[in-house]
Amino acid sequence: MHAIVENYFNLDVLGRYYPSILAGYVVTVEVALLTIALGVGIGLTLAILRCLRLRVLNAIIVIYVDVFRSLPQLVVIVFVYFALPYAGVSLSPFAATVLSLAAVLSAFATEAFWAAILALPQGQWDAARSLGLGFLGTLFLVVLPQAVRIAIPLLANRAISITKGTALGTAVSLPEVLGQAESVMAIAANPSPLTLAAALYLCFFVPLVVASRWLEQRQGFAR
Amino acid sequence: MLDLFFANFANLESLERIYPLLLQGLRLTAILSLVALPLAIAAGLLIAILYSFHHRLLNAVLLVYIDLFRSFPVLVLLILIFYGLPFLGVQLGSFAAAVLALVLNNSGYYGEIFRAGIEAVPRGQREAALSLGLRPVYAVFLIVLPQAIRIVIAPLATNSLELIKTTSIASLVALPELLRSARVAQEQTYNPTPLMAAAVIFFVLLWPLARLVARLERKMLASSQAHLLQARGAR
Repeated sequence: MHAIVENYFNLDVLGRYYPSILAGYVVTVEVALLTIALGVGIGLTLAILRCLRLRVLNAIIVIYVDVFRSLPQLVVIVFVYFALPYAGVSLSPFAATVLSLAAVLSAFATEAFWAAILALPQGQWDAARSLGLGFLGTLFLVVLPQAVRIAIPLLANRAISITKGTALGTAVSLPEVLGQAESVMAIAANPSPLTLAAALYLCFFVPLVVASRWLEQRQGFAR
Repeated sequence: MLDLFFANFANLESLERIYPLLLQGLRLTAILSLVALPLAIAAGLLIAILYSFHHRLLNAVLLVYIDLFRSFPVLVLLILIFYGLPFLGVQLGSFAAAVLALVLNNSGYYGEIFRAGIEAVPRGQREAALSLGLRPVYAVFLIVLPQAIRIVIAPLATNSLELIKTTSIASLVALPELLRSARVAQEQTYNPTPLMAAAVIFFVLLWPLARLVARLERKMLASSQAHLLQARGAR
């Protein structure tokens, strides 16, 4: 018992090093929020573009979605950070992590929004058009408001699981909370910083996970 | 421009030199997936079955377990296990640590999926099975589970794909799986071709799975929408 307190809840160590861990937490939250905003935004845009049904554009979007849906997040991050510089694109660890995660999330978001749009009965389009709404009016006033609602439960889980990928930023030495905790742990020869980092992660994600459970139940989804 | 691309990202010379390394990495990635996937599914199934007996206290504990491990980024779990546990005298190798982290994390996900599936099977199914004289264990395995799994086949497939993709984090505890091997190879050749090759290998192997998963999800969404509309129409 003593060993557990000494090693994992050592207040001495925590008192000395908590500022750098908290600074890491700020980076984690920034990356997480930017990833969600960018990822969902790009995803919605691409899904709307797919509605235009332009053949070449569709093919490009499908390839984009399939690539980022298939590749592991860490592979994307490592590739962007370590391989793209050879093509003349050098990104900071922060930019590399955010862009990689946002690309992955946007692929899933596109898929979710597009699936939701397809799930709407054709009658919704026909009815809106026959009432005299134009294509854009139909899309933005009739189809999207319903589709977004259908897509939200699908998307919420995805957004959470991809946002958890912020921890992967350590692989490209992003100074986020896990990386900070790891380096402090090495200096202090004590894993208490890891405990703090883990607790901070839980503070961020437990409310999201519980909220997504509530969202699913409210929607009556059998998943 | 194109020459530069080929020299850097598809350099056959360096590919020839490092492909044994990549193959070995691929082998480890496959083994890691094959070990972690069944264990995680079994753990999730166990959680869901325990939940289905609707013991109030037990269910509260199970829900906390599920949400706890769904909230932990799997990498945080892995680092805790690999770098944190040795301070307690528990030293796991990188392979064992990766398996443990993947299984703990995914037992939460699979537990939630199976749980939702079992809850969606009407209670009368189990009651009928019991009243026909089936023992509770048989009622679960022969009557309830086959129906539950059909309901949640889409999220099951999704999660399995995610688990396989997540094996790449083992590279961060120095397990020489595909991604790690590619990084090592890159440092040997001063050339990102190995990384490109690893990405292509991942894509080629996982793309069919990703398509399958997307199809299942779309089907599920369509049928749940149809149900909703029917329910609305009936009202």
